[in-house]
Amino acid sequence: MGLVGESACGKSVSALSIMRLIPNPPGMIVGGEIIFEGRDLLKVSEEEIRHIRGNRISMVFQEATTSLNPVLTVKRQLTESLELHRRLGKQAAHDEAVRLLKLVGIPDAERRLNDYPHQFSGGMQQRIMFAIAVSCNPSLIIADEPTTSVDVTVQAQLLEIMNNLRKEFGTAVIIITHNMGVVARYVDHVHVMYAGRLTESGPTEVIYGQPRHPYTIGLINSVPRLDLRRKRDLYIIPGLPPNLARLPKTICAFSPRCKYAISECREQRPELEQVGEDHYAACLRSKEIPELVEAG
Amino acid sequence: MATNEVLVELKDVRMYFPVLAGLLRSKVADVKAVDGVSFFIRNGETLGLVGESGCGKTTTGRCVLRLYDITSGKVYFEGHDITKWRGERLRRIRRNMQLIFQDPYSSLDPRMTAGDIIGEPLLVHKLVKGKEYREQVNELLRMVELEPRMARRYPHEFSGGQRQRIGIARALALRPKFIVCDEPVSALDVSIQAQIITLLMRLREELNLTYLFIAHDLSVVRHISDRVAVMYLGKIVEITSSDELYDNPLHPYSLALLSAIPIPDPVVDRQRKRILLTGDVPSPIFPPPGCNFHPRCNLAQDICRQAEPELKNIGGEHWVACHLVSK
Repeated sequence: MGLVGESACGKSVSALSIMRLIPNPPGMIVGGEIIFEGRDLLKVSEEEIRHIRGNRISMVFQEATTSLNPVLTVKRQLTESLELHRRLGKQAAHDEAVRLLKLVGIPDAERRLNDYPHQFSGGMQQRIMFAIAVSCNPSLIIADEPTTSVDVTVQAQLLEIMNNLRKEFGTAVIIITHNMGVVARYVDHVHVMYAGRLTESGPTEVIYGQPRHPYTIGLINSVPRLDLRRKRDLYIIPGLPPNLARLPKTICAFSPRCKYAISECREQRPELEQVGEDHYAACLRSKEIPELVEAG
Repeated sequence: MATNEVLVELKDVRMYFPVLAGLLRSKVADVKAVDGVSFFIRNGETLGLVGESGCGKTTTGRCVLRLYDITSGKVYFEGHDITKWRGERLRRIRRNMQLIFQDPYSSLDPRMTAGDIIGEPLLVHKLVKGKEYREQVNELLRMVELEPRMARRYPHEFSGGQRQRIGIARALALRPKFIVCDEPVSALDVSIQAQIITLLMRLREELNLTYLFIAHDLSVVRHISDRVAVMYLGKIVEITSSDELYDNPLHPYSLALLSAIPIPDPVVDRQRKRILLTGDVPSPIFPPPGCNFHPRCNLAQDICRQAEPELKNIGGEHWVACHLVSK
């Protein structure tokens, strides 16, 4: 599953909420339910959530450099959760750590286990993050912009590793990203977020083929495409994302930037409505959008 | 429009930075950031320069602007050999060349207003003053689609995209012929990237600018450039027109770079062949012998480990540095 949107649209906060990692105060999950394996994570005790975190659900952050502990060896960071969650003995944990490093493509794993994070390159550090994330065979991995800070060829390697791990262990993955190309390549089901709310969700082919929310259309068409010979004009979403603190509750948050907005869009906030099989959009004009786009 | 007249040219430029170590800070090695780079840019043309971080893209851009005293090679601008120019003469020719930075947060002085930032080059070069100065600043703001009343605001009052517009206005202040755009959109959000790319393309038409467009995102580079140079570890491995690079990439690194970039269309992308590189970019202090790329290349043969390939013209304007590519 992919969660897409621009900076500060609430992608990461949604993910941190699943892990109940929102610092409180100032943040607070004010409502709703988070259902994971049949249980509402908002109702379980602190003890239980700690057991789920890192064990059943694990997370990969954007910046491996700041997420790894610089004063502990890679071995210590890998074996910590193995010993804690999987209750492995010292030797078993060591062997498992070597296996994991090999799995994510770190050469010379046995020797490098005793190195510190700064002795690895950025791409290698991110691989270690992946190894830690899969170490407890979680049923869900949340990857928050996992490859934004690495180079494109390394990004391709990492995403391919993640995809293979997903196939091999049947782990569910949530990729949080702003890269519409990454979504097209690796994601089955897309959720588009804008200003803290879901604006559209559906199967990847449907979202790219028949988008029903003007923001989704803008996102897809505003990025240059490598395969297009003709120098088409990029679609421009005018203006800036809104300030979430001053967002009126009674309008469509995207209406000030939307070229299809009508007066009703400024009078009520649209809710997600079904527009096709497994396809939802939060736009008052979602049914007319294909015709409007056709008309230009 | 591009003419046949060459505006900028580099000939076998090398830029080494010393690695100092020990008590006496003696030189122990060189970082070969740029290692024998040659290319030219025609008047009105945009040359894209792509490669991964640490491959020497930015250093190359700075060598063109003569921000460094290069280790060896020659830099030409409008036919003048400016390699050794200094002082007043260099300052005067530099009016014609400007730089747009990647990070719109650190490249603007937080204690200066937008108007002062944009107008500073005019004052430094003592071109205008008084009323005319203010008019020019307003005109520059309008050129980048900001409003003149914003001149009194400070950088922190602007969004990332607006700051990048201020950076562009500052670069335009001296009416340069040539601008080095160093990753101008990679720090911005997707929807804002499209705005800035479109602005840069419009300005290029209106002011007949020549760009060296440095970026790691090949899709952005292809969109804006006439020709593209692919760099790897301080060297250019392939240089050709942007359509040719996509339709007929010849260097194994260009192929891998192209296949690493997903196309935002699931139907198209899932049919593409993927080439995955192994490992990371090696250190530019001790580059591998022979072809720089051979440790990561799945086609490497004995010759690649022994001899360094030269950048050869294989017809048209297509240049490749690979032993395995023949005419």
